[in-house]
Amino acid sequence: MELTGAEILIRCLQEEQVEYVFGYPGGAVLFIYDALFQQDKVKHVLVRHEQAAVHAADGYARSSDRVGVALVTSGPGLTNAVTGIATAYMDSTPMVVISGQVPTGAIGEDAFQEVDAVGITRPCVKHNFLVKDAKDIAPTIKKAFYLAKSGRPGPVLVDIPKDVSNQKASFEYPASVNIRSYHPAGKGDSGQIRRAAQMLLQARRPMIYAGGGVVLSDASAQLISLVRLLNFPCTNTLMGLGGFPASDKHFVGMLGMHGTYEANMAMQHCDVLLAVGARFDDRVIGNVEHFAEVPRKIIHIDIDPSSIAKRVKVDLPIVGDVKLVLDELLDVLRNSTPDAAAMAVWWQQVDEWRAAGGKMRYKNSAEIIKPQFVIEKLHEITGGDAFITTDVGQHQMWAAQYYKFDQPRRWITSGGLGTMGFGLPAAMGVQMVNPGATVACVTGEGSIQMNIQELSTCKQFHLPIKVILLNNGYLGMVRQWQEFFHGNRYSETYMNALPDFVRLAEAYGHVGMRIEKPADVEPALKEAFARKHDLVFMDFKTDPTENVYPMVPGGRGLSEIILAEEL
Amino acid sequence: MRHIISLLMENEAGALSRVAGLFSARGYNIESLSVAPTEDPTLSRMTIVTSGSDAVIEQINKQLNKLVDVAALIDLSEGEHLERELMLVKVRAEGDAREELKRMADTFRGRIIDETDRTCTIELTGSCAELDSLLEKIGRDLILETVRTGASGIGRGERILKL
Ligand SMILES: Cc1ncc(C[n+]2csc(CCOP(=O)(O)OP(=O)(O)O)c2C)c(N)n1
Repeated sequence: MELTGAEILIRCLQEEQVEYVFGYPGGAVLFIYDALFQQDKVKHVLVRHEQAAVHAADGYARSSDRVGVALVTSGPGLTNAVTGIATAYMDSTPMVVISGQVPTGAIGEDAFQEVDAVGITRPCVKHNFLVKDAKDIAPTIKKAFYLAKSGRPGPVLVDIPKDVSNQKASFEYPASVNIRSYHPAGKGDSGQIRRAAQMLLQARRPMIYAGGGVVLSDASAQLISLVRLLNFPCTNTLMGLGGFPASDKHFVGMLGMHGTYEANMAMQHCDVLLAVGARFDDRVIGNVEHFAEVPRKIIHIDIDPSSIAKRVKVDLPIVGDVKLVLDELLDVLRNSTPDAAAMAVWWQQVDEWRAAGGKMRYKNSAEIIKPQFVIEKLHEITGGDAFITTDVGQHQMWAAQYYKFDQPRRWITSGGLGTMGFGLPAAMGVQMVNPGATVACVTGEGSIQMNIQELSTCKQFHLPIKVILLNNGYLGMVRQWQEFFHGNRYSETYMNALPDFVRLAEAYGHVGMRIEKPADVEPALKEAFARKHDLVFMDFKTDPTENVYPMVPGGRGLSEIILAEEL
Repeated sequence: MRHIISLLMENEAGALSRVAGLFSARGYNIESLSVAPTEDPTLSRMTIVTSGSDAVIEQINKQLNKLVDVAALIDLSEGEHLERELMLVKVRAEGDAREELKRMADTFRGRIIDETDRTCTIELTGSCAELDSLLEKIGRDLILETVRTGASGIGRGERILKL
């Protein structure tokens, strides 16, 4: 029997066991929405802005190990989605985005709501397709899911012209997929892995630096075994948080621009560095020349060869899936132990840094709410077991520093692109795929207003997210840079004319709370989290002058770290 | 250093723009780029002449390989290879200059493929340097137009790029 392109598409999504599609309708996707309407296996979540559809699909994917799916119309629908796609691309989220396109005959004629979707998204997708015939839909969708999920994951766009979605073709979902030009890495090279083991055992000042690749590859268990076997210090990047448990004694905290003193010092001064699924980002190692001043051997495990030796020289590259490589490395290392005496000396040094780095702590106040205090209480009250999404700014860094993640896929943040507006829609996706779980979105009053319309989606789909607004009245992170580097000239960072967030939340049908005193923080959080079925929007009035410490100023070296003053 | 990279990619709409887009987005040099389908019409062969430090060239190779449409790639300059470029150059050829031009074309083993009273068009195939040097000999004053294909490269002997 022949089906329309739209029906074929929906059948493909069913075959891929897609549970939710996050989307927004329009002219070019009318047939697709019609086909969606006539079945009930694939459920649709109607967002209020296409950017939110993509962020929601992103949060859905990051907090599970599934592929997120978004559906948008042509033209403005697609352009609205681009920020979400770029966000997913930078953080390697597996995702399939389906966009409508004007009818094939109209392509290139500047038709109504026409935009070159494939051209616009090319630099921020893993791959994209324009489908020109209904018979190509099934093989293309099969490829799209495979590409999104395999190798280094990423978003894949499938652009479907309106006439193609109404064209008839026979349907058969391909059982397997073979792309002759695409061979994602699997196991690592055994010789390299043996050499890596040797290098690790000879280290006197070793360090393990683990990034988002550990989370994406579901390799936490392997990383934990390795760290414990070797008794090495371990740090996580912003993207890697939860990949190694924060409560483990080997953990020295997050590294980088707002990382701990001990993590940054150990990173700078180690003699053998094992980088696992991390990419030596500028926010992580700061100034490359400064980093290279201390000689150290670098072993780099990554599934993407282009991540290796991109910013720093690597002595021992291992291309492969982090999980498989760590498994093999563990096998090789079994029964061997590093030099205990050297390790004792190194740990003594690391612990000294740790003690000095205690300065990372903030000074609490009885008069004004310190944002760090809110996060600490949030951690306490949720038992460290919540899914935390964030927006971008100071609140994001405080959440990273003070919510101690013990499990992977609990920390959902836009690391690579740094997209304000990510937090609330991402939380929706997280809540959809983890119904019953505690989900909180830590945000700022600048960021939350970038996708605040999603409070309406949350109402429609009964998503009991807790919005933790650290309201400092400023675009805080920008204000901090202006304070440090631009002579306190707070150009356009004061958030004037803020809405009454409590009444705003209520207008959307949610519960709003305003918290102004430190003493009220804990009871308010308890009350909010006790409301299992309500979205509670908590507007914490926090200290507007608070800064994020420690800080490695942009372009500086890791050991040129600024600690909190006056402590 | 100058590198000549040769690759096989899917002969599909948009594949070329992925390669070109990669170079512009990451700020890599393209000196020339030539592309056409192979004996297998589903595959195109592309030759890219680029330059950069060793680290940049390594990244270029890796980033190209990462493109889903790129099926195979070789940095020809890492081994023995041949490269040829085709040039058509139209020259003002009046009076004595014409004979002089013909001699020049001969020494370069070029061919005259079109002649009028006032112009003549030379076809020359050779290394990029040979093409440069013919242009220099003729001199800019006489040249009316130049069309070059950019280099095409192939490995010597058993050095083969095939799927
Ligand atoms: C879409 C977008 N626009 C601009 C920026 C630049 N930016 C980074 S942090 C920041 C301030 C964020 O303010 P707020 O959400 O109030 O958080 P705070 O830093 O105060 O915690 C800005 C404007 C960005 N990251 N994303």
